[in-house]
Amino acid sequence: MLELRNVSKTVGGVDHIRDVSLTLQHGSLNVLLGPTLSGKTSIMRLMAGLDKPTSGSVWFDGVDVTGVPVQKRNVAMVYQQFINYPAMTVYENIASPLRVAGADAAKIDREVRQAASLLNLTPFLERTPLNLSGGQQQRTALARAIVKNAKLVLLDEPLANLDYKLREELRAELPRIFAATGAIFVYATTEPHEALLLGGNTATLSQGAVTQFGATIEVFRKPQDLITARTFSDPPLNTIALDKAGKDFVLEGGVRIPVPAEIGGIPDANYTIGFHPHHLSLKRPNAQAVAVSAKVLVTEITGSESFVHLAFADARWVMLAHGILTFEPDEMVEVFIDPRNILVFDGFGNALGADRRLAA
Amino acid sequence: MARIDLDHVRHAYGPNPSRPEDFALREVNQVFEDGGAYALLGPSGCGKTTLLNIISGLLHPSHGRLLFNGDDATELSTQGRNIAQVFQFPVIYDTMTVYDNLAFPLRNRGVAEPDVDRKVREIIKMIDLEDWSKRKARGLTADQKQKISLGRGLVRSDVNAILFDEPLTVIDPHMKWVLRSQLKQLHRQFGYTMVYVTHDQTEALTFADTVVVMHDGQIVQIGTPAELFERPKHTFVGYFIGSPGMNVLPVTVEGRKARLGEQTIELPVAPSAEGQGKVELGIRPEYIRIGALGMPVKVRKVEDIGRHKVLRASLEGQEIAAIVGEDESIPENPRVRFDPAGINIYANSWRVDGEPGRRV
Repeated sequence: MLELRNVSKTVGGVDHIRDVSLTLQHGSLNVLLGPTLSGKTSIMRLMAGLDKPTSGSVWFDGVDVTGVPVQKRNVAMVYQQFINYPAMTVYENIASPLRVAGADAAKIDREVRQAASLLNLTPFLERTPLNLSGGQQQRTALARAIVKNAKLVLLDEPLANLDYKLREELRAELPRIFAATGAIFVYATTEPHEALLLGGNTATLSQGAVTQFGATIEVFRKPQDLITARTFSDPPLNTIALDKAGKDFVLEGGVRIPVPAEIGGIPDANYTIGFHPHHLSLKRPNAQAVAVSAKVLVTEITGSESFVHLAFADARWVMLAHGILTFEPDEMVEVFIDPRNILVFDGFGNALGADRRLAA
Repeated sequence: MARIDLDHVRHAYGPNPSRPEDFALREVNQVFEDGGAYALLGPSGCGKTTLLNIISGLLHPSHGRLLFNGDDATELSTQGRNIAQVFQFPVIYDTMTVYDNLAFPLRNRGVAEPDVDRKVREIIKMIDLEDWSKRKARGLTADQKQKISLGRGLVRSDVNAILFDEPLTVIDPHMKWVLRSQLKQLHRQFGYTMVYVTHDQTEALTFADTVVVMHDGQIVQIGTPAELFERPKHTFVGYFIGSPGMNVLPVTVEGRKARLGEQTIELPVAPSAEGQGKVELGIRPEYIRIGALGMPVKVRKVEDIGRHKVLRASLEGQEIAAIVGEDESIPENPRVRFDPAGINIYANSWRVDGEPGRRV
């Protein structure tokens, strides 16, 4: 397994990575999820041995590899840009790590064809990369990473330069490919949706720190703090700051949302509640749901669903609703919040009663 | 703002084109109405950027004419066409301040300084860079720079059209939501003619009133987001729009019955698909109901992606995807039914309707 123990990295007095500890198991897929500049690439460079941490240590299978450079680490990397040898055929591109390692011709041929088959590249083995589509070029880079038989494979936004549909196809194949190799896979992305589709584990990142690490769907459903919840929501998490008074949270205009029973004992103070766009609805979902009146700013239609952008007090919310909705701008609509689906955060942004939401 | 007519426009990059495959853009006759918001949607190489470059004047079409408000504009330069453009990557002056970058297109046209100031302040507020107004663009992040590019595209109100070529590619997911809804509000407010090129279905459908779907140098369907979703004219549109895309299954049709392997599916109307070559039934994952009744399927995989689950299963040897609600459970030996409202029948990949011999 790969361990980062209290790893920090400072460059020119600026903290790039702050006290990151992570343990990744063989055969696992691990997503680093966060916006641009949150530290995804910096962590990968430390994992690979391309950079040395300012403090803390990196361990691989129980051995301290902190000072060991990338050449001696058996690591494969795939980047957002398609990196291949332009003058070589796809076959030779995939074969190159095996040739460097001095493998015999029979082994090279076997492994190249196996990787090509896994990535649907068999018909293109004799072409050169520039005569391939972007998706095929990136498949070539992935195949090369696989034949390297590395213990650690780092993928830095590998699908970001591909078309939406190609991304969808390759993303569906990647977990199967990962599972077949038994290596530790690390996959960086800015997109929550991509993390959910990949599954595995997710570490959410913010300003160089890991805010939470666990099974992807668990991190999504039970964020431990507001930053994690925000990082892992697309469309953005709906939030509003409010006061608790007795048994209720009180919204502007006097609307009261009952405090979930599991956290009924929290003191009266200011809190932030959050809820996902698909948990805001036009129809009353149940008797406990609370109605609030919000102003429509703009409606976006995707074909089967509508994203309705709403203003409530100072807050901007997005409602994801089934069907095609047509609202006039500035129209007032009644929308429902189900108290079972709210996330509650204290003044420090810590989630309260995060464990109660088993299937929220 | 202007109405733009494409009259028998075709384009080949090579000399002496003769076969349809020689054309990067096959014949297009299309009107972009004054004040309309259009998206050109399709994968890499479908001809969408070629079409955009013909509108902007960066490319002279090998055949056909272009009219602006009825006047022939085919021979006019980009500047002569008076068009604003926003590209995938930021095009700004690093040494100028944010303010001066935005003022540049106006000052260039000799706009009076008080008007420049009013307009620049309005745009700078919209792109949320008020605090950066006096800063040089050099030190800004990629998405801040792209916001300036967008602002420069929007700052002049006297342009004939604003063209966008994948403008949000480098923007983080959360900021995309903000910028998209702002573009939509601006469109409503000022009635710009906008043409937006993208491979991302969400961006296309949410931005545009009318989406032009392109494939292999041809327009395959022009429609509202709802039409493209409910009634894809071509199986490519069904596949390309929607995530996952439409299930397309080989069937034989007799009257109001479609046969898929051992199964019989009742159709809402009798399509005119008999004796027309390859016949297929298209149904979106959103219209497949899971339960104890219907056709038996073999479950391959269930992907929990947060707001719903995607069931991947095999039905009569065909792979299908179905959407299952967040709170719905999947029974032990599930069966599926097709909601008749979501069934489309295709002959040789083109949709057929209920009346004999007519395409929709």
